[in-house]
This record gives sequence, C-alpha cells and structure tokens, in this order.
Amino acid sequence: MTLTVKDYTGLTPAWCPGCGNFGILGALRRALVEMGLEPHQVLLVSDIGQAGKLPHYAGGNVFNSLHGRAVPPALGAKLANPQLNVIITAGDGGAYGEGANHFIHAARRNHDVTYLVHDNQVYGLTKGQTSPTSEAGFVTKTTPDGAPLPINPLLLALAVGGSFVARGFAGDIEHLTTLIKQGIQHRGFSLIDILQPCVSFNHKNTFAWYRQRVYKLDAAGYNTGDRSRAIAAVQEWGDRIPLGVFFTEQRPTYEDGFAALRAGSLVDQSIEPGRVEKLLSEFM
Amino acid sequence: MTQDINFMVGGEAGQGVQSAGLLLAKAMTRWGYHTFADQDYESRIRGGHNFFRVRASQAHVQAIAEPVNILIAFNKESVDLHRVGVVSGGAIVYDGESIKDVTGAGLVSVPAQKLAEEAGDKLMSNTVLLGAGLGLIGFDLDVLADVLRRFFSGDSGEKNVKAARAGFDHVLKGYPNTYARKLKATNAPQRLVLTGNDAMSLGAIAAGCKFMAAYPMTPTTSIMEYLSAKQKEYGLVVVPAEDEISAINMVVGAAYAGVRAMTATSGGGFCLMVEGLGLAGITETPIVVIEGQRAGPGIGLPTRTEQGDLEFILHAAHGEFPRAVLAPATVEECFWLTVKAFNLADKYQMPVLVITDQHLASSYAAIETLDLSGVTIDRGVLYDGKAQGVYKRHAYTESGISPRAFPGKPGVLVVTDSDEHDEAGHLTEDADTRTKMMQKRMRKLYGARKEIAPPHLYGSKRAENMLIGWGSTYGALKEAADMLRKQGVSVDVLHFSELWPFPAEPAADAMSNAQRTFVVENNATGQLAHLIRRETGRAATASILRYDGRPFTPAGIVRAVEKEGCR
Repeated sequence: MTLTVKDYTGLTPAWCPGCGNFGILGALRRALVEMGLEPHQVLLVSDIGQAGKLPHYAGGNVFNSLHGRAVPPALGAKLANPQLNVIITAGDGGAYGEGANHFIHAARRNHDVTYLVHDNQVYGLTKGQTSPTSEAGFVTKTTPDGAPLPINPLLLALAVGGSFVARGFAGDIEHLTTLIKQGIQHRGFSLIDILQPCVSFNHKNTFAWYRQRVYKLDAAGYNTGDRSRAIAAVQEWGDRIPLGVFFTEQRPTYEDGFAALRAGSLVDQSIEPGRVEKLLSEFM
Repeated sequence: MTQDINFMVGGEAGQGVQSAGLLLAKAMTRWGYHTFADQDYESRIRGGHNFFRVRASQAHVQAIAEPVNILIAFNKESVDLHRVGVVSGGAIVYDGESIKDVTGAGLVSVPAQKLAEEAGDKLMSNTVLLGAGLGLIGFDLDVLADVLRRFFSGDSGEKNVKAARAGFDHVLKGYPNTYARKLKATNAPQRLVLTGNDAMSLGAIAAGCKFMAAYPMTPTTSIMEYLSAKQKEYGLVVVPAEDEISAINMVVGAAYAGVRAMTATSGGGFCLMVEGLGLAGITETPIVVIEGQRAGPGIGLPTRTEQGDLEFILHAAHGEFPRAVLAPATVEECFWLTVKAFNLADKYQMPVLVITDQHLASSYAAIETLDLSGVTIDRGVLYDGKAQGVYKRHAYTESGISPRAFPGKPGVLVVTDSDEHDEAGHLTEDADTRTKMMQKRMRKLYGARKEIAPPHLYGSKRAENMLIGWGSTYGALKEAADMLRKQGVSVDVLHFSELWPFPAEPAADAMSNAQRTFVVENNATGQLAHLIRRETGRAATASILRYDGRPFTPAGIVRAVEKEGCR
C-alpha cells in the first residue's frame, strides 16, 4: 500500500480562509508521506490556539496539550517510547512566552523531537494581542503604544545548545517540506520557526511583505556547521530575511543517555515486582 | 515490663547527626527492638541545630515519645536546648574536652574527638559518642560492629568500629552505673529500617513505575534520588525536569505513551502542577503524584511538617474530574499505598495522589520485611484491537472506563485532547457531547469508590470518646489512646489513610456510637473535620490542631484532648 497525503487527513480545518497554517499543514503532510512514515508511527503533540488544532487536521497519534506545555508531554512520550516520531506544534505565544522555559531546556538536553513553531507574531485566537515575537513598535489591543523588543527564537536556540536551528515560511510549502523532513531526520532537538502570516490580526507581516524579503541560505553556499556564523545569520531581519537551516550538529540525544532505553521502548518492558527483593537487604 | 527507651542525637548540620541517629536505629533494630526515629532539621547545609530522635521498644511503637533517656550531644547548644527534656536518671553523653561549663546529673564526658583521631579520623567523633551512648545501656558491641561494617564501605567500616569501641570502653570504665536501666537483646525477626520516602520508592519500583520526572523539593527529594540511583538496574527513566510544571507534563506524556509514571513534590511544587493534574483528568491519563506536605503557604517552614494541603489536593485544578487521594499512615502503608495508587490510576485512568508529610517522609521505622508476593499489577482495561471502525480512546462505556491503547501500534491511532473532546478524542464544543463525556468521566468514581478501604478502627466502636486523624498521625493517635485507656478513659481511634473517594458510610458507621469526637490534625483549620462534616453530616466535638511545623507526640495528644473534655 502506498502512503499518500490522504493518510494524513483529519477533521476539516476551522482556520480563517487564507491562513498561513494551511501551508504548514500541507508541508507537514507531504514531509511525512515522502518519508514513508505511517500515521501510527507519528505522534503529534500540540499547544493550544489555532496552531494547536493542526494535529486534529493532520491525523497520526494526537496529544493536544495545554497552553505553553506542548514540549514536556512530547518529551515524556518520546522517553517512554523512543520509536515514536514525535513532532510538536505550537504558536509563538505557547513556544516562546508561556512555554519558553521548556523550549530552552529541551534544546539544551537535546531531546530527539521536532518542534514546529507557527510564528505569526501575534495572538490570533484571543483576537489580536501582542506576542513575544511581535516586532518592536507593533500596535495591538494590549500594546496601544507599540510592543517592546521581540525575542529572537533562533538566536535563543543557538544560545542554549539547539542542535538543529531552522526557519521556514508558510508561503513556500516546497521549501518548508524539505526543512520538516530534515528536522525529523535529525537526531536531536530540531527547531523550525515558521513565518506564518496571520491574515486577520497581523496586517504588517503579510504574505506579500515576506515574499519581497525572504531568501534561501543554501543557495548562497551557507555552511550549517558554523555556530558563530549562524549567530550572525539569525539576526538578519528587515529588508532581507533568510530561510533554511542556520545550524546543525550531531551530538548525543537526551534519550541516548538512559541505559534503560537500550533495551528498547519502556512500554514493552515487563514489570517484575519480585526483583525488588534484592533492594530490601540495603535497609537492614 | 516492656522495655522502652528514647535517645536523642543533637548537633549542627554537617556533624553527622543523621548518620549517628540512623545507626542507632539500625543497631536497636538488630537487637530485636521496634524502632521509630524522626528528624528535625533546619533549612541549611552547615551549622544550625538538628536533632534525630530514636525510640526503641519491645512494643510495636510508631511514634516518637517523651522524655529523652539518653541525649547524645555533639555541641554545647544540644546540651543546653535538650537537657530539660532528659528524664531524671537519664544521661547526657558529650565531648567534655570541647564542650565546657556543663554541670548537673547524669553527665557522661567522653573525649570523643581525641578518641576518634586515635581511631584514624577526627570526623568519627559522632561514632565514638554513639558507641558511648550504647555502652551506657549495656549494648552488645559485636552487634554494633556488624551494623557499622554494613553501613560504611571498605576501610572506614573498621575505623568506625574502632571509634565506636573506644567510646563504648570509655563508658564501661568511667561510667558503669551512670545509667541504671540496662537493656537486653530481644528475639525478633530481622526487620528493615526505612523512611516513608524509602518505602514509597520501593513501592514505585515494585509497581512497575518506569518513568519519573521531578524537581527536588524537601521532603520528597530522596524518592527522586533513590529512583535515579536504581534507574539503570531497574529499567527506569528519571528526568530532573526544569520545573514542576514540566515534570508533571512529562509524566502525563509518558503515561499517555503507555508506561507507569509518577512525580513527587511538596505543596509549593504541587501548586505549579495543578494545571497538569487537570490535563491528566480530562485526557484520562493515569498518573501518580506523591505530595510530601510541609508547612506553607509560600516557602513556609521548608523542612518542617504539616497536614495543610488536604483540601487543596482534593480540589486542585479547575473544573471537575475524578481522582483518588491516599494518605499512608505508616512506613509500611507508604509502600502498599504507592502500589495501590498505580493500580487505581491505571484502572480508572485518572490521577492518583499519595499524600505524606515531612514527618512520615523522613522518619525511620523498623518494619517486618515486605512480602512482595502481595504486590499485584492491574493495568486496567486495554484495547483488544477489535473496534468497529476507528479506535476511540474515549469511547462511552457503562463503567466510564474506555479501553486503553498505546500509540505506536499499527492500525491504532490514539487521539486525546485537553479540550473537551468526542469519543474519538477530537475537540468539540457540542453541548450534548460535553454532557455525555463529563458523565462518562465522573462515572468512573462509582467503581473507584468501591476500592477505597474503610478507615482504620483501633478499638471497639463502642467507646465514648473517639480520636480521629489521617496520614502520619496514626502511630501517635494509637499510643495516645493506649495512654488514655490506662487512665480508665473509654476511647477509640478512627484513622483515614484512603481519603478520596471519601469512605463516608463506613466513617459514619464507625462514629455512630461515640459521644465525643476529637479530630487531630497538623493544620490550623481542621481540614479533615470539614471533610467529615461535609461527607457524613457529623461535626466533631473539637479539633486538636498543631501547626508549628512539629509532629504530634502521644503525650501531647493526651494533654490536648483532656483539655477539650475527653474523659
């Protein structure tokens, strides 16, 4: 049986017409099919909000989590069963505001999961408030005098040991598909920050605005193994905005560090209460 | 007459109070005595004042008692603070070369530092004084030597034996009759000496817990440390998470994936976990949370005991969902109720909370060995792979329990959501589905209720007075009742170690004959008394409350209930 995108079809999306999320959903489906992953091999863990609904539309195993908390249950599931391909989706609020601490430590420890962040620089589902990535001066209902400096998630990922740091664009499905495939294939924590125009609440960073600015790093002969260069590259923003893999390195994953996982998934390991007998003598 | 003795070891943090106290408990246990030992320590790494009380008795004691028979003091402060608590005829063992200006009766001066240096290391002063303390009661030096060799590895075992012997011999020569009550070994099966935390750790491993994520917090940190130490050998993954929020959410993820998973914390950490608790509730994910209470709110008294979180735990997280709450009474129950918690969690696909407190978590008790053949593993109803159409993780059933599948198996997709969801796990806002799904989840409590044991009744159910409590106070309550009975007072004890779903009928029945009820709790508002009143309609005669961060003693309970009209 050949895998097709139909195998990754769930509920009908309830997103706004023209939403950047459609591009991300399309790219994810294509990536999973092109990699030959069966839906049961995939676990999609999501935050809430519009981005958080993606797993219900994509299929696969789904754990739709709390706001800001998509990362920890994904890490727990991966540690319990490392055979699962664990993909996390969250918006910029969940990933870089409410859940920033989890993001930092997941990157630092190098859990083998792929993190897709739908970065539209605004809170959509609560209808247009500032987010951690809103551009400085961006006027919203909660920042009538303009937003303060935004977080740079890619720079943060580099600072905390992210082993795969990339940026995609929801308006370039082909390129995003490639990035997602690379992210899933990467052994370790993969961050893909995805520029996702919000057609309802962000009238600055639109599809057209991005199309005039984005360019691809790999076309320019970029070396993804140079962290110092990556640190400079992720800070380019404005007239030109780079897309692609900024940095990648191979290092042991967090899962690699556990002897228990060398015997395979914890889920398949037996329970033997009698083995505790040996421990009792320590207490005599 | 029953032999019963109370030791106290006091000193600064870093002087070896804890190890000397534990060795004392192990030695008396090896001599056939029942022992119970508690720790009183400050929130600091060095200095301050700590003490460790060891009670040894031929009777099955499960509480600390007053007064002290033998005080082993490592510094002047310990002598000054605790000599008032030493019984007439008791003894105070101390290093007279470093602690000056001590006068009075029962003084046993031992040149501990000098003798320790002669034995090979001045850090062994504590062992010298331990040997001296045990010398006073006529202890068997060979037994002590054996305990020391098991406790210290390699060379330091023999060195400590030498140090202990020096203290022992010094007392035999210099103070043969200072302490008149010599004790004798008693025949008993070999017992284990362990804390509530130790017992919970063993319970978790025996129950097949494969995953733990936690953030260190007194008083439950040693559970995380123990499981970390055993993770290679016992197929566990223990994650030191960045915070408690992450810890509980990791646990939920691991449990969703199909393993038994838990976390352990104290009240402050649990505050951060409550949203995750609700996540486990709505996604019907079985998790176990150990909450070792300490005095709050805020940072409170970080190293001290309290039972202030009962009502918080019963209601933690917004919205309504089924949960079970267990509160072990003893070190043995810490083991068995941890095992039970994993079974209840899996069977009813809900969070189960096991509450202890600093007192039970870090007190040592000698217990008969644990019979592991009594451990049963019930993973609950698992999906048999025969669904019509797609697998529905939250299928409506009569019991409310939907067969569980784990993600990763061909032909099955496991979908769940923290949003309200339909049977297939997809989010919905449909009013009818919401109603049905709430009813399905809450229905699980009918089954769970039947699994909750009735409260322990110590007595006849016909007494005029009843002492009521929960959790760690059981040993002190039973002994208080014994003391009252000796004075001719008619009294029973009713004690709850399984609190939710609340065993209302057996509780009301047990209380039906009591003319006066005294609810004894380590909190300021009488939380169990509220719960009993809410669930049974019965109001207590009086609440006996202690919220100074210290555990109840049997004599303290007797004094308090007599004041409230127990007669």
